[in-house]
Amino acid sequence: MDQKTKAYAGTFLIAAVLAVAPFAVGGAFGNTWVRVLDYAALYIILALGLNIVVGFAGLLDLGYIAFYAVGAYLYALLASPHFGLHWPAWAILPLGACVAGLFGVLLGAPTLRLRGDYLAIVTLGFGEIIRIFMNNLNAPINITNGPKGIARIDAISIAGQPLSKAIEIAGLKIPGVYLYYYLFVVLALGIVFVSIRLQDSRIGRAWVAIREDEIAAKACGIDTRNVKLLAFAMGASFGGVAGGLFAGFQEFVSPESFGLMESVMVLCMVVLGGMGHIPGVILGGLLLTVLPEAFRHGAGPAQQALFGKVLLDPESLRMLLFGIALIAVMLYRPAGLWPDARHRREMAEKKS
Amino acid sequence: MNVPAKALSLSVLAALAVMACGKEAPPPPAPAASAPPAAQPPLVVKIGHSAPLTGPQAHIGKDNENGARLALEDANAAKIKIDGRDVTFELVPEDDQADPKQGNLVAQKFVDAKVNAVVGHLNSGTTIPASKLYADAGIPQVSPSATNPQYTNQGFKTAFRVMANDEQQGKVLGEYAVNNLKAKTVAVIDDKTAYGEGVAHEFLKSAVAAGAKVVAEEHTDDKAVDFKAILTKIKGKKPDLIFYGGMDPQAAPMAKQMKQLGIKAKYLLADGGCTAEFIKNAGDAAEGHYCSLPGIPYEKMPGGPKFIERYKAKFNADIQLYGPYAYDAAMVVIEAVKRAQSADPAKILAELPKTDFQGVTTRILFDEKGDLKDGAITLYVAKGGKWEPLDTIGGATAPAAEAKPAEAMGGMTGMQGMAGMAGINGMTGMTGIAAEATKLAPEKK
Amino acid sequence: MDILLQQIFNGLTLGSIYALVALGYTMVYGIMGLINFAHGEVVMVGALVALSVMKPLAAAGLPGPLVVLVALLVAALVCMALGFTIERVAYRPLRNAPRLAPLITAIGVSIVLQQLAMLIWGRSYHAVPPLLPAESHEVLGAQITELQLIIMLVAALTMAGLILLVNRTKLGRAMRATAENPAIAGLMGVDANRIIALTFIIGSALAALAGVLVSANYGIAHYHMGFILGLKAFTAAVLGGIGNLAGAMVGGVLLGLIEALGAGYIGDLTGGILGSHYQDVFAFFVLIVVLIFRPSGLMGEKVSERA
Repeated sequence: MDQKTKAYAGTFLIAAVLAVAPFAVGGAFGNTWVRVLDYAALYIILALGLNIVVGFAGLLDLGYIAFYAVGAYLYALLASPHFGLHWPAWAILPLGACVAGLFGVLLGAPTLRLRGDYLAIVTLGFGEIIRIFMNNLNAPINITNGPKGIARIDAISIAGQPLSKAIEIAGLKIPGVYLYYYLFVVLALGIVFVSIRLQDSRIGRAWVAIREDEIAAKACGIDTRNVKLLAFAMGASFGGVAGGLFAGFQEFVSPESFGLMESVMVLCMVVLGGMGHIPGVILGGLLLTVLPEAFRHGAGPAQQALFGKVLLDPESLRMLLFGIALIAVMLYRPAGLWPDARHRREMAEKKS
Repeated sequence: MNVPAKALSLSVLAALAVMACGKEAPPPPAPAASAPPAAQPPLVVKIGHSAPLTGPQAHIGKDNENGARLALEDANAAKIKIDGRDVTFELVPEDDQADPKQGNLVAQKFVDAKVNAVVGHLNSGTTIPASKLYADAGIPQVSPSATNPQYTNQGFKTAFRVMANDEQQGKVLGEYAVNNLKAKTVAVIDDKTAYGEGVAHEFLKSAVAAGAKVVAEEHTDDKAVDFKAILTKIKGKKPDLIFYGGMDPQAAPMAKQMKQLGIKAKYLLADGGCTAEFIKNAGDAAEGHYCSLPGIPYEKMPGGPKFIERYKAKFNADIQLYGPYAYDAAMVVIEAVKRAQSADPAKILAELPKTDFQGVTTRILFDEKGDLKDGAITLYVAKGGKWEPLDTIGGATAPAAEAKPAEAMGGMTGMQGMAGMAGINGMTGMTGIAAEATKLAPEKK
Repeated sequence: MDILLQQIFNGLTLGSIYALVALGYTMVYGIMGLINFAHGEVVMVGALVALSVMKPLAAAGLPGPLVVLVALLVAALVCMALGFTIERVAYRPLRNAPRLAPLITAIGVSIVLQQLAMLIWGRSYHAVPPLLPAESHEVLGAQITELQLIIMLVAALTMAGLILLVNRTKLGRAMRATAENPAIAGLMGVDANRIIALTFIIGSALAALAGVLVSANYGIAHYHMGFILGLKAFTAAVLGGIGNLAGAMVGGVLLGLIEALGAGYIGDLTGGILGSHYQDVFAFFVLIVVLIFRPSGLMGEKVSERA
């Protein structure tokens, strides 16, 4: 087989696996796991967005979830009885990307001079500010409905068919979670494609140059200000899309979904998977969504099998195991589970 | 205090309520009467329970789970039979971390596992989005503690709750603050959560309607421990009463800090602060403050003291907050299973609206939305390191009186008992109750 | 006027608490350039260990201050052991790893400590016995408790002690050398590993002290208390210039004052549009503005472009 056939075969194989995944998973473990896969796809989109900022451009962002929140709230406001607006999803999602991107620039512009941990705390503050506003903007004028959140959001529909409802094709009943799965996976693939193209573009190389050495990058004629702002905007727009999808999928948004821990989780996905390496980030997103659920299901029975009884509440153990997993992975693979070749080289050099 | 007069005023309230909600009494179900098949394996009825078991509210979540667990044990001990077949109730406990996303995952898990009914969730923020999934799957959901009105306003046939919602409670509290605690000026603090803000908002509305002046409206959050800044500001406005809409982890340090700042105002809490934890954590700063809980003091309910005793013995812990409500919620489901003679969610669902159950917290009847009908609300005062019941306002009874005459007697005696109790404990302005009656009536639809 | 004075007292107490925790962050950061995200959880462990010691001792009828002292000692020892272990297990192996790796392990440690504390001390809130004098006194129309004064005093003394330690002692010189360049410090005969471990131990002892004072001040302790406190203290450390001891104090006190005055006056300042629920927004806003004009905090050294 030559390279091209191989590539085609690989693509076909991945497509086939992705296409049958919900049926295999849903059939074997139940629809809960398909829902987990839905969330995994959402988080992969988020993680890929953050990867642009943290992985490519090397800017530590701890408030990334704010853009997710912006996208989610935009969808909620434009497609729910709250304002009586019912825009279609195909109109809101691109708008969400743009608005979130704008917020990205808004955050990026004043923080261009900051670096490292100072940038981290400012982005963290920015994330909290957005969340607090979402929580408080129900008075004096009710915009976000405050802590009560916005309910009865329209489900995402395609060709008049809301994805929340099961459809029947040739006698095969396909539940809503499967339909969302396909939508999210298609969009995630689109974002993977954009990420790959970006990475290989002039801009992508400029980001890496800034990450490695900002002064040298400047000296080489890179307009660091614009390139950095672009990183914030691109990353944010991915977050905005994911947020819109989340709102349509969940049909409910409230500020508590956008806390600091969410930002931290997405950052963990990026770093754990392998910063700046797209397959690694995808792996990170998938693992960190699936693992806590696996612990939820497995902790009780595993104890039963090992000790004959349940010693610790599965729910206490779940987060404990999760924390231990974070530490263990970083100790054994400090550059992430699946780092890119450049990173691996650097690590090898440092060790020698 | 004139007991008969009070009973009279209560029946006025009852009569008004009957008039107001005339359409009632759905047709009785045709009881399934098939021949009992011989010796079958027990029928397993799975009841999902979801609450945060990790995170800052974990203690309250575990309390709910314990309550539901106790109810299921009782049901299993009672050896309920459906068509002659033994029934085993099985609890499926889950952790939703008070996070809407996790809540939906848990809900999906329940739907997949084909649970027959769900008790939960604890927080309004998880209950509301999850209710959509249950409604789509036709699984009955009874929340012990989600008090946001939005939950039952969505028009889902599957959504019920066994606790007065924020509107019902906030309204009673506002009137009580003005009429009984004689507050002319009030300050309102909330924790900016769906629950805290909701109940504070309703309190404020009803206090203003009753003639009080709001001198300060402050906010904190559900993770804060330092309230001195907002309390200092409030101190400058000299209110008669400070209302806090939020949970006890904040309410207790707040009481302490009020004392440290020399604030003499009365302090009124809703159910979130009406816990033994509040008194324990606020120490002597709790003395003389007020709180309310939906329902009738369970110490005074038939089976109440025994419930507390058993809870302690079984879990080696004190009741935190909503445990008894979770017990009632689970019992309501179990009773519905019994009446339906089926574990089929659709049949349970058909029975739930007809619920008339004497729980450990109150007598439970549902209105057409699935809310607790005319839920009683009891006010407590902190005295000698304990919450002492002070007054019980409102209470369900009336519609049952029309529908089932036999029940009415029970209802009346219950009411009289209640009125007598309030009489013993003092106060409750007659006027307060009468006003309650006239105000309640036009609102009922 | 007495209201304003009261708000200043409130802010100073809150600020001193932040400062005490921020000192721990800044010590570690100053030497290793690492945000020890788990520091807030060490504070929590300190508070809960102290509480477990206090309860039986107080029940035995020993005098309050003595009980607190013993509890503090035990808590400090436990936290020092904990700090040492955390450094050894989660940070030391990653000293040459990419910069974000130790940040993730720190988050992992933070989650693990929280869950362990939940298993050990349960999910409930614990009342802290009032062993330290907490009577209110009136000063110019404002109320202040003895405990508040103690907290301010302890925070100031701790900062002064640490500054002396770093600038005047042999250990301090070794710390500064390690901060500058561990490899070269090693050539000069400084055992960098030992110095870093010591820094963690000192930082953790401080965390225990902070934990005891915080839980005594609010009368409440809980396995989740470290997170928000840690976050606020970290903000304070950055505001003052992370890595700078005096900066941590300044940042902490400033943040405390901003929060108190923000909650107290933001409503009046904005004509009632914004209220006390924007307290944190106000604090972060000030932080952002400060960092825009002074990118390395109020008292931070000017970091070279390559930092």
